Amino acid sequence: MVDKLIHILLLLTMPPLLLGIINKTKAWFAGRNGPPVLQAYYDIIKLMRKGMVISRTTTWVFIAGPIVTLATVLLAGMLMPISRFNAPISFAGDLILFAYLFGLARFFTTAAALDTGSPFEGMGAAREVTFACLSEPALFFTLLVLAKVSGSLTLNNMLHCPAGAFSVAMAAPLVLVSIGLFIVLLAETCRIPVDDPNTHLELTMIHEVMVLDHSGPLFGIILYSASMKLFILGAVLLHIISPFQTKTIWMNWPLFIMEMFGLAIVIGIVESVMARLRMRHIPYLLISALLFCGFGFILLVRYYQ
Amino acid sequence: MILTAIAVLGFSGLPVCLFSSRSLAGQRIATLLMFLGGVIGLCGIAVSLNDVLPVALCVSWFLPWGQFAITIDAISVMFLMPVFVVPMLGSIYGLKYWKQSEHPENGRRLVFFYGLLAGSMALVVVAHDAVLFLIAWEIMALAAYFAATAEDDNPEVCRAGWVYLIATHVGTLCLIAMFALWRHATSSFALNPVHTIPAEIAGTIFVLSLIGFGFKAGIMPLHIWLPGAHANAPSHVSAVMSGVMLKMGVYGIVRITALLDVSAVWWGCAVLILGAVTGIAGIAFAISQNDIKRILAYSSIENIGIIMIGLGLALLGRALNQPIWIILGLGGSLLHIWNHSLFKSLLFFNAGAVIHASRTRDIDQMGGLAKLMPRTMILFVIGAVAICALPPLNGFAGEWLIYSGLFHTLGIGGGTGFPVAGIAAVALAMIGAMAVACFVKMLGTVFLGTARCKSAEHPHCPHDPSAGMMWPMAVLAFGCVCIGFFPMIAGKMLDDAVRVWAGLPEQTTSITTVAPLGWITKMSIAFILLAGIIAFALKRLVKTRVVSEAGTWDCGYTQPSSRVQYTGSSFGQTLVSLFGFILWPKIHWPRVRGFFPKTANFKNIIPDTVLDRLIMPLFNVAGRYLPSLRVLQQGQTHFYVLYILIIVIVLLICGTIGVK
Repeated sequence: MVDKLIHILLLLTMPPLLLGIINKTKAWFAGRNGPPVLQAYYDIIKLMRKGMVISRTTTWVFIAGPIVTLATVLLAGMLMPISRFNAPISFAGDLILFAYLFGLARFFTTAAALDTGSPFEGMGAAREVTFACLSEPALFFTLLVLAKVSGSLTLNNMLHCPAGAFSVAMAAPLVLVSIGLFIVLLAETCRIPVDDPNTHLELTMIHEVMVLDHSGPLFGIILYSASMKLFILGAVLLHIISPFQTKTIWMNWPLFIMEMFGLAIVIGIVESVMARLRMRHIPYLLISALLFCGFGFILLVRYYQ
Repeated sequence: MILTAIAVLGFSGLPVCLFSSRSLAGQRIATLLMFLGGVIGLCGIAVSLNDVLPVALCVSWFLPWGQFAITIDAISVMFLMPVFVVPMLGSIYGLKYWKQSEHPENGRRLVFFYGLLAGSMALVVVAHDAVLFLIAWEIMALAAYFAATAEDDNPEVCRAGWVYLIATHVGTLCLIAMFALWRHATSSFALNPVHTIPAEIAGTIFVLSLIGFGFKAGIMPLHIWLPGAHANAPSHVSAVMSGVMLKMGVYGIVRITALLDVSAVWWGCAVLILGAVTGIAGIAFAISQNDIKRILAYSSIENIGIIMIGLGLALLGRALNQPIWIILGLGGSLLHIWNHSLFKSLLFFNAGAVIHASRTRDIDQMGGLAKLMPRTMILFVIGAVAICALPPLNGFAGEWLIYSGLFHTLGIGGGTGFPVAGIAAVALAMIGAMAVACFVKMLGTVFLGTARCKSAEHPHCPHDPSAGMMWPMAVLAFGCVCIGFFPMIAGKMLDDAVRVWAGLPEQTTSITTVAPLGWITKMSIAFILLAGIIAFALKRLVKTRVVSEAGTWDCGYTQPSSRVQYTGSSFGQTLVSLFGFILWPKIHWPRVRGFFPKTANFKNIIPDTVLDRLIMPLFNVAGRYLPSLRVLQQGQTHFYVLYILIIVIVLLICGTIGVK
């Protein structure tokens, strides 16, 4: 029970902190001081206290976008186990719901973008749905590999593979899959090299450009759900790349938080040392993610035959 | 009772012939009969649920072959459901959409063949004899032709009708060959399960049925007739064709595989691969189209692909003796058949309303209809979310079963499994993501934003259609929501059908125990509650704030017009070029020369790869080189009889030599 409460508490409070850490890392690389680590919280609170400007062109879809996104991301967070603790909600086949909840969020985010009738937001929406066509199959290859390794159809068991159960033969597919999943994570959470959250040119953006017209509390919700998505996908990745656990059960919470910080720093480093790819090259990056995950699956299947 | 329903449906169009071409009375009576037929049929199904299926009836008739044999078993019942529901709602919709008084020249013909189409489809599903089946099949094919080509003064409609007629008859030809082989192997036309049939004959029958029924269902290289016919038919006919008639092809494959008790691994693999190819190529074509009804037609092909993936999984499960794969695969695929008939009919009705309002089928001319047709738009959103298989609507429930089954092929819960089949899950994921792209494009270009061209602005003030068109859509949307939230209501019927198909014993685990459908209900309700709470909190929060309205942020342009919006073509452009190897887009780039370039045109056409790039050129070549054979065709009957005599003599000689 306590574990579930901590799970919900972490899910609700921790995500914006990751954005702060990423930005701090980037600032450190650039030799700047950078915004405070808690800046994302300040931003969200500030936005929540503002009024809204809504475009005359829009309909209810425009407001439904952020609301549906937050609801789906919260629900997905409930399905995903953290560290060695079980998820609050779990059933056989929850992994598919987990993946499709993000699809639902994408449907309404992109529809809300098109609702404004702005060419730039249409551009962002088109890119978002296009790139998802490549990242979604990669995600499913990952899920297949995890299901095969663990022999289970619940996210709890799939992600809780004890480290001792791995043979060397399983390590290779898992390494490939985690590389693929890391690229998917970068793409889905609008990070460099796929997307640049700080750019000032609408033409080159994906996620940021879709929400140009959202303001005030609606934009606050969008920022919050985006950080939560980063948190959730990051936690999935952590399960694969670091299945370490401590003997003392409660110590796993701080361990998880430290690992999450580590992941945020890695993302920050990637963002600092790489430039954003040209838009037309992004499909190639995503196809490479798909190939990594696909080869991981094939290796695994070959091993079992 | 079901038979009465079939008769009432089939002949519902007769009274209309008695009335004058402008009178509404005939159409009203026909609709009433359709409604009665549908209700009687549904009551019949409800009654039959308590009976012990199958119910059989057999009457010998005057034809030398076959007999009037009818059997209603659990599989028939699964397919009868959409046959009774969709045409019934469609005829109510048609009362306002295709008013007799506005279409005096073809209204009566449409009503008559519409009823005949519904009745013959029901007969196809219950026929227990190959000859009766073929007769019903042919009536269905022709009725669909006459209903779809109602506007036959339009050359485009005529062309689509011809392509359909040829395609469907090539398919029927395969079916005749198949049933002849069936007669040869089982020495009867009755469609009884066979256990002793040589593997190679069974394989040939299977392949022939896959081709023959594949033409009707629209499996990928055989789909040629589908986009044109669906796009050019009146919307309620397209709804019935796409929502129900395509399923008759699937029914044929399901029925034949149920009857052939033998099955090899390659059957399952073939159907899985066909399904994946059909799905991905279908949705890729859908994204590339700009005609609102062609998009929906291609998306039907995609959904047939999903259904085939489920069926392939079930075939694999039967070959490898894995009941769970059968239950999840066939159960998911049958549930998806229901779902597709609900949301696709809804979307076609919706498209009809949109076309009615905007007087064009080209989505790039539309835009901003959400403000003018708010209720139509809400129903469209429901249909679109459902067809993208997103939770919490019904599409998700069906695909979730198929996904679970595909994940089971990895060998979860013991056994080595057949992990290669898992790749179909990846294909399904890709189909899902592309469906989201396709329907967001449709929603965005048709309903959202602002009107793109003057004619869409206010030609005659587009508005929500009248209640007569609204209610059928609302009923279908309600069905989508119901199955989405409570998929277990279909559980018992699915279980029965799966048992009949696979010959599993009565006490096999049911679908509700293999897949925890109850969780879908819980999660759907949780999602709605969560979204409701957030919306409520937001409303409370902004109550005290200033909420002002302004124009859309125009990024500094001083005079943005509605023409700068993303169109459907630009939205799908990257995906079209990614899938260029299937789509082969014809792009005509303008050349910009000099400092003051002249007006230039950009053209981007995506023809159907199979029909326009392969078959039509082939026919053209045939047309160029084969006229020399016309000598044989003089138009004199006695010569034709002479040909028959010659061929019969030749066959006789061959036969005698063969015997000796």
